[in-house]
Amino acid sequence: MTDDGRQPVERSPLGRHWWLAGLAIAAAVVIVLAPLASPDPDGLERVAEDKGFLEQAQDALFSIIPDYTIPGLEGSLSTILAGLIGIALVFGLMVLLGRVVARRRQS
Amino acid sequence: MNAAIGTGMTEILGPPQLHAPDGFLTLPVAAAMWVATLVVLAFAVRRTNATLTERAVPLLGVMAAFIFAAQMFNFQVIGGTSGHLLGGVLAAILLGPWAGTLAMTCVIAIQALVFQDGGLVVMGANIFNMGIVGTLGGFYVYRTLAGLLGGEQRGRLPAAAVAAWLSVVAGSTTMTLQLVASGTTPIELALPAMIGVHALIGIGEALITVGALSFIAATRADLLRLRDARPAVATERAATERYA
Repeated sequence: MTDDGRQPVERSPLGRHWWLAGLAIAAAVVIVLAPLASPDPDGLERVAEDKGFLEQAQDALFSIIPDYTIPGLEGSLSTILAGLIGIALVFGLMVLLGRVVARRRQS
Repeated sequence: MNAAIGTGMTEILGPPQLHAPDGFLTLPVAAAMWVATLVVLAFAVRRTNATLTERAVPLLGVMAAFIFAAQMFNFQVIGGTSGHLLGGVLAAILLGPWAGTLAMTCVIAIQALVFQDGGLVVMGANIFNMGIVGTLGGFYVYRTLAGLLGGEQRGRLPAAAVAAWLSVVAGSTTMTLQLVASGTTPIELALPAMIGVHALIGIGEALITVGALSFIAATRADLLRLRDARPAVATERAATERYA
């Protein structure tokens, strides 16, 4: 009990902004690992190539940050920046949606 | 496809486009998958609405961001083929199956809309295969196995490894069935090839899932219990004060 009679709030070792540490880990994955990613086709693309239906792929209707590279910027930096933008967008959208979904119940 | 038309630096350094592009599925199949996906998502929103605590919202955001980041890292499996994390089982273990499904959907939607990774017409199918099958199915496999192994505390890692591996194989199987239903490829050619390569990719999925869970257990074990927290009014208020 604190002086004003309220229960002391339990604190985690990383404090209330632990989610910043989580985002930092996601950023570290992009900065360290994404430039090392294998350029080889993934499972689906490999099978599509081998079984001859890869050419059925249609181009995207529009293009913002295609192939995880910032248009006009080359090399690892382009991939890293694209990844950091993606992290910010995904986190922002998810927290926004999460708040809406969690809040609707209270009304 | 980057691997087919890319030149120079981007081909070496950028991960190629990974998810199914438009054109792989016929419109009726893609539309049917959109319907199935939207029905599940509507249910996921309702279930998450009933169970998600305010406390879990930052974890929801962090998990989605981490899965996005980790999916950019393609690891080598066999000669000339790579794979990447899906993350559905990891998300479901931490967030619960329904909130986990929403996190996966958020990742796949941003990938398609902003990064042109995966088509828009087939986005329903991509969400279904990568965000729903493995996340929901994987979670119940995980919980059943963990129960058989004597509870989540003891059985967490082996149960997660098996569920993670299965989630990749199951997702590749539903993807193949949609390709076959679209007449894109005959089942006798595609199914063994898809399952074969994804059985290997699933090992990577299992390793990353177990690694992430071990890390969280060692650093923030309380996050592993967030899923089961009930949104009682009292805890809700305390949580709001804590993370406001």
